[in-house]
Amino acid sequence: MMRLELVKRPQRSMLFSALSPFIAFVLTIIAGAILFALLGVNPLKAFQIYFIEPISQVWQLHELAIKAAPLILIGVGLSVCYRANIWNIGAEGQFILGGIVGSSIPVLFPQFEGPLVLPLMLLFGMIGGAAYAAIPALLKTRFNTNEILTSLMLVYVAQLFLDWLVRGPWRDPKGFNFPQTIQFNDSAILPELMPASGRANWGFVFALVAAVLVWILMSRMLKGFEVRVLGSSPRAGRFAGFGINRMVFFAFMLSGALAGLAGISEVSGAIGQLQPVISPGYGFTAIIVAFLGRLNPLGIVAAGLVLALTYLGGEAVQSALGISDKVARVFQGMLLFFVLGCDTLIHYRIRLIGFAAPKLESAPKLEEAR
Amino acid sequence: MDITVNILLTIATAATPLLIAAIGELVVERSGVLNLGVEGMMIMGAVGGFGAGYLTGSPWIGLLAAIALGAVFSLLFAVMTLSLATNQVATGLSLTLLGLGLSGMMGTSFVGQPGARLPNLDIPGLTAIPVIGRLLFGQDPIFYISIALTAAVMWFLFKTRTGLTLRSIGDSHTSAHALGIQVIRYRYLSVIFGGACAGLAGGHLSLVYTPQWVENMTAGRGWIALALVVFASWRPWRVLAGAYIFGAVWIGQLHAQAFGIPVPSQLLSSLPYLATIVVLVLISRNKRLTMMNTPASLGQPFVPDR
Repeated sequence: MMRLELVKRPQRSMLFSALSPFIAFVLTIIAGAILFALLGVNPLKAFQIYFIEPISQVWQLHELAIKAAPLILIGVGLSVCYRANIWNIGAEGQFILGGIVGSSIPVLFPQFEGPLVLPLMLLFGMIGGAAYAAIPALLKTRFNTNEILTSLMLVYVAQLFLDWLVRGPWRDPKGFNFPQTIQFNDSAILPELMPASGRANWGFVFALVAAVLVWILMSRMLKGFEVRVLGSSPRAGRFAGFGINRMVFFAFMLSGALAGLAGISEVSGAIGQLQPVISPGYGFTAIIVAFLGRLNPLGIVAAGLVLALTYLGGEAVQSALGISDKVARVFQGMLLFFVLGCDTLIHYRIRLIGFAAPKLESAPKLEEAR
Repeated sequence: MDITVNILLTIATAATPLLIAAIGELVVERSGVLNLGVEGMMIMGAVGGFGAGYLTGSPWIGLLAAIALGAVFSLLFAVMTLSLATNQVATGLSLTLLGLGLSGMMGTSFVGQPGARLPNLDIPGLTAIPVIGRLLFGQDPIFYISIALTAAVMWFLFKTRTGLTLRSIGDSHTSAHALGIQVIRYRYLSVIFGGACAGLAGGHLSLVYTPQWVENMTAGRGWIALALVVFASWRPWRVLAGAYIFGAVWIGQLHAQAFGIPVPSQLLSSLPYLATIVVLVLISRNKRLTMMNTPASLGQPFVPDR
């Protein structure tokens, strides 16, 4: 019988801090190979289809960018929350509300055209997401309500609200009763970056800009320092005069605005109208992106691309091997598990010991722990 | 009269999975661990229960499979948070995400298949008694398990020495450790118990409530169970009351939809989630009371020193 024992490191290990996402990725690949083997597929062939083929042509890289954009936008916002020890897990709902509020312009005013339309939509989307995120923030600061549960419950409410809109008041009257709004007019469509080679739109640029801006905020500005202090030691933060309640609103509304921007970018870019489902779970996958990116905006860009690839790979193995595309969700879940597990190595040394052994070893280990 | 009985019966059916999952999580949280993976363990129980029942034709084997799968799945969480001291919130979330994905994949071939249903209790003579007969002696077996489980957990937590020890760990793991209590071992067992309960709750969904497999069929019930624990201030009998209130809300909105009340069905469907928010706000408004009731070391990782 063996058991694990954690030995605290005197300081955090820079080595494992950098390595842990990569170790996690390798472990995910190994676990994935076992999974594919269990499903009766040659793992090498499956990986070829899952990870290589979806990005072997230029137009496919565009698809990768389309999937990565919302993940990065949302993940960057969530990283600020999680740094501050504030648990917004309702980004999926804020994404949907951003999509709805932003779409109100082309849906309600289809005649309104011109260069103003798109900026207004994006602004509305951000406001919608931020306002929806302000609800759990308000409940937390005013009534001390657990933000994890409230923000999550609001996801279900947002999904049902969107469903009602596209089947009810916002349904396209000429749409043969399909649950969808009218197609947006041209000036409400987010332009493609390089139409010659693929579909990727400006959403990806927004994501990169957001990542850089939040990186500057977190590493170069007082507000970012405030976030980190309040996150690691709320007491110290209070002594420094940082307001916790203000921070809750700031983190929630910033991440809500970015999720809302992701929502309206997705609707006006990749979809072009509202429909009952506008997200394959981006808001939840972005949680994984945030952690895989070590809650660092630049790391999140890389993590967003990796997770976007898991979506594409899932679609690829479904069409090529007949495996459910849910395999993507499994990969994403495993990845998060391994990242969290590997993060332990940053603060602790792990050793395996037998149950009988500790007595003999205890003296030297005590010294080591000091 | 018959209608009332039928409504009461459906409320009990809707409340049972919430009650079981919440009672399990209550024990976990009383030991100081916050497992946000209830939804994931529940959906694993649902797919495992359905699958085993469908493949063997025996809903009883399905029931056991649901419990086992929930427990095994929770072990993943236990190893991560207890042995590797990972962040409990993030690990719980990842358990939910993984469970939703894994169950979707495992259940692909079950979609649209007719499942095995656990038979209702039928005691000759007793079940036929008007009104109370069916309420007391004619429900599904998991209903009785849920009531017995609640009573057993109440007795265990507040009337046994082991229960007292468990609560003390939840309130201060350092003191408990200093007294020589095996904190990690207690927590392992609590988490696994919670997982088994969540699995059983999921099994109820796919073996009794709607004997079929539908992806994401837990529909947020795991999260509502988590909210119920907070609502109940970590007391078993209040979990029972809360679960039945939520069961009533759930059934109420279904009936309202069936009667064609001129309100959008989506609004009615969102009532259980909105009710959860309202209830959480009401219960946590009093900050001091909440702090008094919450297990003091809830959610904090513990690494024993040597």
